[in-house]
Amino acid sequence: MSKVRVLVGTRKGAFVLSADGARREWDVSGPHFGGWEIYHVKGSPSNPERIWASQSGGWFGQLIQRSEDGGRTWQPVGNEFIYDGVPGTHQWYDGTPHPWEFARVWHLEPSRHDPDTVYAGVEDAAMFRSIDGGASWHELSGLRGHGSGPHWQPGAGGMCLHTILQHPTDPARLTVAISAAGAFRSDDTGKTWTPINRGLHSDGIPDETAEVGHCVHNLASHPSRPETLFMQKHWDVMRSDDGGGSWTEISGDLPTDFGFPIAVHAHEADTVYVVPITSDSLHYPPDGALRVYRSRVGGNEWEPLTAGLPQRDCYVNVLRDAMAVDSLDECGIYVGTTGGQVYASADAGDSWAPIVRDLPAVLSVEVQTLP
Amino acid sequence: MSEPTAVRDSAVRVRLPAHLRALAGVDGEVTLDLAAPVSAGSVLDGLQARYPMLRGTMRDQSTGRRRPFVRFFACSRDLSHDPMDAPLPAEVASGTEPFLVVGAMAGG
Repeated sequence: MSKVRVLVGTRKGAFVLSADGARREWDVSGPHFGGWEIYHVKGSPSNPERIWASQSGGWFGQLIQRSEDGGRTWQPVGNEFIYDGVPGTHQWYDGTPHPWEFARVWHLEPSRHDPDTVYAGVEDAAMFRSIDGGASWHELSGLRGHGSGPHWQPGAGGMCLHTILQHPTDPARLTVAISAAGAFRSDDTGKTWTPINRGLHSDGIPDETAEVGHCVHNLASHPSRPETLFMQKHWDVMRSDDGGGSWTEISGDLPTDFGFPIAVHAHEADTVYVVPITSDSLHYPPDGALRVYRSRVGGNEWEPLTAGLPQRDCYVNVLRDAMAVDSLDECGIYVGTTGGQVYASADAGDSWAPIVRDLPAVLSVEVQTLP
Repeated sequence: MSEPTAVRDSAVRVRLPAHLRALAGVDGEVTLDLAAPVSAGSVLDGLQARYPMLRGTMRDQSTGRRRPFVRFFACSRDLSHDPMDAPLPAEVASGTEPFLVVGAMAGG
């Protein structure tokens, strides 16, 4: 019988939640790296026993941990993230130049094609890559060096590169998102990058349809249709069918189109999930009710998924990397909250139950489906 | 006030904060054999040589500067703002007193 392993990063450590394919009985291990902020934990698609974790803290900086046994034991690997050349400046919140300074790794994206290759999205926004199993890291500086770099500004959480998508068959195609610069695409394994923000509209920036400057919160796509991208922007849920070349809004009948994560069903390329949040200043669900919304038609028409989720007095948030799907026959979906709950649905969102209720605030959730 | 050490090799005692002890897999103090003159920089170099997982945890890897929430104390003195290559007190160099790496009391 297949198994699932849910990898949870929290404000105070990492947790590994394991179950068989029924997804009813869960084993919880952790905290790993207790007391540290774990922004992201993700397994290698090409070697599922190899798992990566981004471990950081305000006191002692950034570490990268690697497990070779499915998260039971861990070893620190290289943690030297040095910007290529003279880093230069980006814009600070007040519009003044601010030096590029490394703060932390937000997102680790192990290569689909090579277990020794992993990408890291960092704050201040840049893309790094290791091709030696994490021993050393080198910046793909064509992204930060894109002509618009000096004009990028941080979002409220910092100027972070938080999303990395790999094309399922073309290793040269990478798509990333940065708060608050926007989405970018490379077709040459990260050497050169193109902003892909045409069609985005953002109140609060001088040019509301600018080439860069949009606060993209998360991207998702289905491997069977990689030219179709779904985006949760600061406000607005968006869709592109040309690899990001142009975007159209698909917020439709959502109660609010502000939110952080977005995910696609493992087997249905037009089934999309979002978690609407009240507003940019009220980072909790509308009406105190946690509702995941699902569209089965690629957007615009959304249905609330509420069974088993708290429907009163709930004021948690679901952060951008804290929703994921498994790929069992009946697709499972998982969300982690800032209140420390991880909810699981083994029926594509129709019904939910908590796996754990009292973890530290959840920063990220990833899922591995294992034979 | 003690005089800085200058000449012979030293067995320096280092006390790490709990997170770094856990990371390095050590209990209690660490003792390092260091060439004189002993400085905060040579202590950190010695620590990182023996425990590579501590690289970057006390000094920023790009600037080499002490992390803002990390402090260095010894002999009831705050040595955090001394130059990294300044000789440490003789009591530290001789192993009589430990060199303390301290995480600032902040956060939750």
